[in-house]
Amino acid sequence: MALFNLTINGKKQQVDVGPSTPMLWVLRDHLNLVGTKYGCGIAACGACTIHLEGTATRSCQLPVSAAEGKNITSIEGLSENGDHPVQQAWLEHDVPQCGYCQAGQIMSASALLEANPNPSDAEIENAMDGNICRCGTYTRIKAAIKTAAQVK
Amino acid sequence: MRLIKTSCNRRSFLKASALSGGGLMLGFSWLTSCQPATQDALSMPEAWFDINAYLKIGDNGIVTIMSPNPEGGQNIKTSMPMIVAEELDIDWKDVLVEQAPLNTELYTRQFIGGSQAIRRGWESLRMAGATARKMLRQAAAQTWQVPVEDIITEGGILHHKPSGKSAHYGEMAAAAAGLPVPEEVELKDIDDFKIIGTSRKNVDGKKIVTGQPLFGIDTYQEGMLTAMIVHPAAFGMKLKSVDDAGVRSMPGIRDVFTLKVLNEEYERQHFDTCAFLQVVAIVGDSTWEVMNAKKAIDIQWEPFTAYTEERTHYSGTKQTLIIPAGLETTSEHLALMAETAAESPQEVRRDGNPEAAFRNASRVIERTYTAPFLAHNCMEPMNFFAHVTAEKATLKGPLQKAELTEQTLSARLGIPVENIDIQMTRLGGGYGRRSYANWLIEAALISQKMNAPVKLVYTREDDMTGGIYRPMYQATYRAALDADNNLTAIHINAGGIPESPLYANRFPAGAVENYLAESWTVNTNITIGSFRAPRSNFIAGAEQSFLDEVAEAVVKDPIAFRLELLERARTNPVGEDNDYDATRLSGVLELVREKSAWGQEQSNLHRGVAAYFCHNSYVAQVLDLVLEGDQPVVQKVTNAVDCGIVINPDAAANLAEGAVVDGIGNALFGEMTFKEGIPEKNNFHTYRMIRMSEAPKEIDVHFVQNEIDPTGMGEPTFPPVFGALANALYKATGARHYSQPFLGKELNLG
Repeated sequence: MALFNLTINGKKQQVDVGPSTPMLWVLRDHLNLVGTKYGCGIAACGACTIHLEGTATRSCQLPVSAAEGKNITSIEGLSENGDHPVQQAWLEHDVPQCGYCQAGQIMSASALLEANPNPSDAEIENAMDGNICRCGTYTRIKAAIKTAAQVK
Repeated sequence: MRLIKTSCNRRSFLKASALSGGGLMLGFSWLTSCQPATQDALSMPEAWFDINAYLKIGDNGIVTIMSPNPEGGQNIKTSMPMIVAEELDIDWKDVLVEQAPLNTELYTRQFIGGSQAIRRGWESLRMAGATARKMLRQAAAQTWQVPVEDIITEGGILHHKPSGKSAHYGEMAAAAAGLPVPEEVELKDIDDFKIIGTSRKNVDGKKIVTGQPLFGIDTYQEGMLTAMIVHPAAFGMKLKSVDDAGVRSMPGIRDVFTLKVLNEEYERQHFDTCAFLQVVAIVGDSTWEVMNAKKAIDIQWEPFTAYTEERTHYSGTKQTLIIPAGLETTSEHLALMAETAAESPQEVRRDGNPEAAFRNASRVIERTYTAPFLAHNCMEPMNFFAHVTAEKATLKGPLQKAELTEQTLSARLGIPVENIDIQMTRLGGGYGRRSYANWLIEAALISQKMNAPVKLVYTREDDMTGGIYRPMYQATYRAALDADNNLTAIHINAGGIPESPLYANRFPAGAVENYLAESWTVNTNITIGSFRAPRSNFIAGAEQSFLDEVAEAVVKDPIAFRLELLERARTNPVGEDNDYDATRLSGVLELVREKSAWGQEQSNLHRGVAAYFCHNSYVAQVLDLVLEGDQPVVQKVTNAVDCGIVINPDAAANLAEGAVVDGIGNALFGEMTFKEGIPEKNNFHTYRMIRMSEAPKEIDVHFVQNEIDPTGMGEPTFPPVFGALANALYKATGARHYSQPFLGKELNLG
């Protein structure tokens, strides 16, 4: 166990965990930020996506030791009042079914739009193909990303 | 307006009303255990008045509606309360929704399964709203000393036009709560619906997009431990020995022990399927620490011997399942299915003289279709919270059929059912998988042993290799054609491991003069269970692919060919047990023909059609493929759906869209194979799931407009997609696809 100083959603936090502990479990088990979801543990489903210095990152493969000193954003910190354009577009298109993957989808989508404010369909698919939605809401996710792109 | 007796569900209304004591309702035990569904715009009332089990009214006119069934993505938590709100005649903006507790005295059929929530809830939900509305009107009539017939309601306001008096529901709620439950209530005319038939957004949408704790896996309680299990590496294996010496001293590990999930003598119910009767539990302080111990533990397994299992089927019939010994392999499964189909099919239905028709045929078409075991792969892995003490058990998590799990849990823990409280969270997907609850029993037993609150979480690998798969299936279809290209006979021989997919009385039964349906099964020690539209999810695709091929053989348009058959079934049906409505099935085919502009040829557009009836709803689909280079891309899927009255159209469309994507994904990629009993895929790097780039670019959903009582949407749009895709692929590539998954046969997509 060791102490790690983290900056999560703009707030300084200290956790006492093993250095290999993935950020996914630091967030969920130690900081009670459970919006970031466990889906596969091998970076193959995207449910655990967070932003590391603004880049979409699978938190199940990010050891806490590599996150120290970096800015981390989880779904809880994407916006103050849940009104990020991507979140608003998600509500407008009523995207979710079960909803479990959607935090990861939103984190991937918001990182995409930050880097590429007006993505083509192919660019959206390329950025989002790492995020599985088992309920199959892909057409709505894509439509919501386009709506959010217009707002931004 | 229609009068309806309240008696059929009177018990629950009376019960709730008695509990409330006829007055101010505070501290109704289950309400305090629920999180209030705060909505920013609504100010909370100072007092709530309990009208019946489904709703309470605040003194400021705000209404809380209890959604009885668990929410797993069907949007039931929005759609069911919409029905109550409609009959209550309240503005939707003044409604809060809460998940009802599990209470089989107050609510009926509180589970996810068979696309039945709306269909089976329709009357009681309407009555809950209508009963409350009537009691409010009676309360106003008594207060104002006017005849109740003169009191009308409008969006949560009671009016007495002659005197000009009016009051909002909150002002009359206390008086209404004290009234006896009316003997009969008036239900609205369908033409007067203001909420039903309009699209309302998911009541939990904001919580989902902001990452609030909604799911079972998000459950946290002070002092809670984390547990995981290790199950045998292969089906056909059981525990031999555990070496946990190195693991016990790992950081954060509290205990390691074996547990027996079910006792052998316990007579199992339908949903008590459990692949591995004994598992190893590892308990610790945090998920990562337990995961690390799980990787390090040394467990030996050994083959088990064959046994039988007595089981009471959901229908009430008793079954004896034969669980064979041995380590099974997929190639052997395929050979075994072929052998059993040829040797020992049982006749299920016969019309006319099929043998003579085949003997006299000028042409016979015969095709065999197969499909593999499938894993559900809910995105939220199986998990449950349990806190078991000497007297009682509190459980919380995602579960489809909590009321059916209570008994099993009670028997296993030795705690009476009334001391068991299973709280229902949102499900991160169900699709049938969460009808089975061995992990819940495991969580409870671990908590009992540890004497502490515990959250059990399956790793993705545990989840995917833990059994309860969609069965493996095979179906052979034969068609007899006479010299004039008339279809004179159909013969279906269908079976599976360990369940047959046959629905002998569905279309094309009733539409063909000579008909023979046969069924068979093969035993296995791989556990299976319900998977979105059980049996239909295979037989629809096989049937609809086959009919496409027959239509081509007789040189007919595939939609026209199906409509001709349905015309026969409608006007002069063969046999008496046909369990579909040929008019409604024709109706969706005609609607999809119109909406897809079927028949308007485009050079690079390859179209496949399919239609199917299951779970009381009718669906037809046209799937459009284009070739980009030599890559087929699903451009558009047009859906025509007849599910009666549509409660929440946009939510229903969302379900149809999802089922289309799910169907395409499973048809192309879905497959669980076995080698020596070991599942060959254990996570998403090997089990391929459909991704955004492979999904259709556009999905249209059209509903048949009628006034038939509503039926379900969770399953019916899923089965036909397999057929529509296969038929479109044939048009695009010239190759018919008979065995799923279609991919791996030189096909890529997107």
